[in-house]
Amino acid sequence: MEERIDKVSRIARLELTAEEKKRFEKDLDDILKSFRKLSAINTDRIKPTFQPVEVKNITRKDIIEESLSQKESLANAKNREDNYFRGPKAI
Amino acid sequence: MDYSKLSVSDFIRESKKGNIDIKDFYAKFFEETKKIDKKHNHFITISEKEALDSIGKVDRKSRLSALPVSVKDNICTKDIQSTAGSKILKNYIPLFDATSISCAKKEGSVIIGKTAQDEFGFGTFSTNSPFGIPKNPQDIERSCGGSSGGAGGFTAAVTMPHIALGESTGGSISCPASFCGVTGLTPTYGRVSRYGLIDYANSLDKIGPMAKTTKDCALMLSIISGKDPMDQTSIQKNTEDFTRYTGKDIRGLKIGIPKEYFKGIDRDIERKVRSAIEKLEEIGAKITDISLSTTDYVLPSYYIIATVEASTNLAKYCGMRYGAQDEIKGSFNKYFSEVREKYLGEEAKRRILLGTYARMAGYRDQYYLKALKVRTLVIEDFKKAFKKVDVLAAPTMPIISPRFSEIEKLTPVETYAMDNLTVGPNLAGIPMISTPCGKSRDMPVGLHLLGNHMDEGKIIQVADAFENR
Repeated sequence: MEERIDKVSRIARLELTAEEKKRFEKDLDDILKSFRKLSAINTDRIKPTFQPVEVKNITRKDIIEESLSQKESLANAKNREDNYFRGPKAI
Repeated sequence: MDYSKLSVSDFIRESKKGNIDIKDFYAKFFEETKKIDKKHNHFITISEKEALDSIGKVDRKSRLSALPVSVKDNICTKDIQSTAGSKILKNYIPLFDATSISCAKKEGSVIIGKTAQDEFGFGTFSTNSPFGIPKNPQDIERSCGGSSGGAGGFTAAVTMPHIALGESTGGSISCPASFCGVTGLTPTYGRVSRYGLIDYANSLDKIGPMAKTTKDCALMLSIISGKDPMDQTSIQKNTEDFTRYTGKDIRGLKIGIPKEYFKGIDRDIERKVRSAIEKLEEIGAKITDISLSTTDYVLPSYYIIATVEASTNLAKYCGMRYGAQDEIKGSFNKYFSEVREKYLGEEAKRRILLGTYARMAGYRDQYYLKALKVRTLVIEDFKKAFKKVDVLAAPTMPIISPRFSEIEKLTPVETYAMDNLTVGPNLAGIPMISTPCGKSRDMPVGLHLLGNHMDEGKIIQVADAFENR
């Protein structure tokens, strides 16, 4: 079976070294242990709060506004080709 | 003119009248800034050229009238490198200003540089900083606090008029304000637009001012707050003039003292804060003991929510389009994983792993969902308290600023525990001010004043009255 740290780092897209894996596995263990106290508080029938100050149905008019030009959009990109971003093979 | 004798208000008044030779002022300002930075490392970027290019265009009748403003590096500034303290964003030059920056510029701010911070805000001591660790001007062997460490340190060190823009997710304005002996105001969540803020945790991040006085913070908050169509979580209220809450007495205001916030804190800090509370009573406040029964649970709840959000937010840094970019080779996943491994720092990796784990199938309910439900209870706890009192008063941090040699020995769990007094109010999204209330072993101590949602006025009123007692 895949070790916990291998699974988490694979999902998180972090290519960790063996030394890092050892260290983070221990940290994860310690931190999660310290989080266990949460089970002592009763949260039956309590709703989760995703946002502390709720605002509802905030929309804006669907109109076209000025946006970055292609040249501006590419201004920070080192890897580009024919005015497009260049990236590694995805499939 | 001796500019170091000018307060922010003096500067604005004289600048509006045309009594300040702005070129001479800025020559001296950058001379001092560079000298401070050389010794203390408060800046990732000093934007002298951009500042000098802009001063001629500033409307001197505007509310800040060419006042120097430093900006935490995670707030996007047009044409000035913005890294959020991470090597993965090295050389990223935003094409736009964050809303808070465009508001500040419109009222005459001159952006003088980008201040040092923990990578993406991940830290309490600004030691997770690949561009150099900011040092406390009171004692360079000690931390400025984090994560807005450069902002706190520079605000304390600079003698000339200046206001800093910081940012808090779990205490990153209050902690450095406390450790450096300045005032830091964290507004209600949504009060200031987050558009253009390089996010750590969307449901927790708040931009706020740091300055030498509450009045200066109130002035900056009046300028940067207000609804913004670019941020759907921004509160649908126009800004107001928060300086009108300064210079008022606090007779009859009820201040609650949460007993849980004095548990396990440094004894001398407790003495200083208790004596500050006595002062507040002397100037007319009514003091009441309060209990916040959820205090024991705020730390895990905060760290789970913050790291879950951070782990998804940081997924966008893949070595393409902007920031750190390597030679393209291998598959997308391989390239992506390698770039992240190479450019993200240790604490960033730790928090990504933790957040990824807490939202993984099988663990999501036990950790993430549970933490969100606890947040509901924490907010209810504060709301209950604010039915009885106007403001809560407590220590900001449980300790004085530690030495770097002491920080090195702390485990991650011990480091996270240092945030115990600041994460509760941050989790609830309520506004808070940390203001200096004396010294312990020659280091500053912070008094933390917490208010109900949208009640910035009351905490400004109390902090200002305390500062001018």
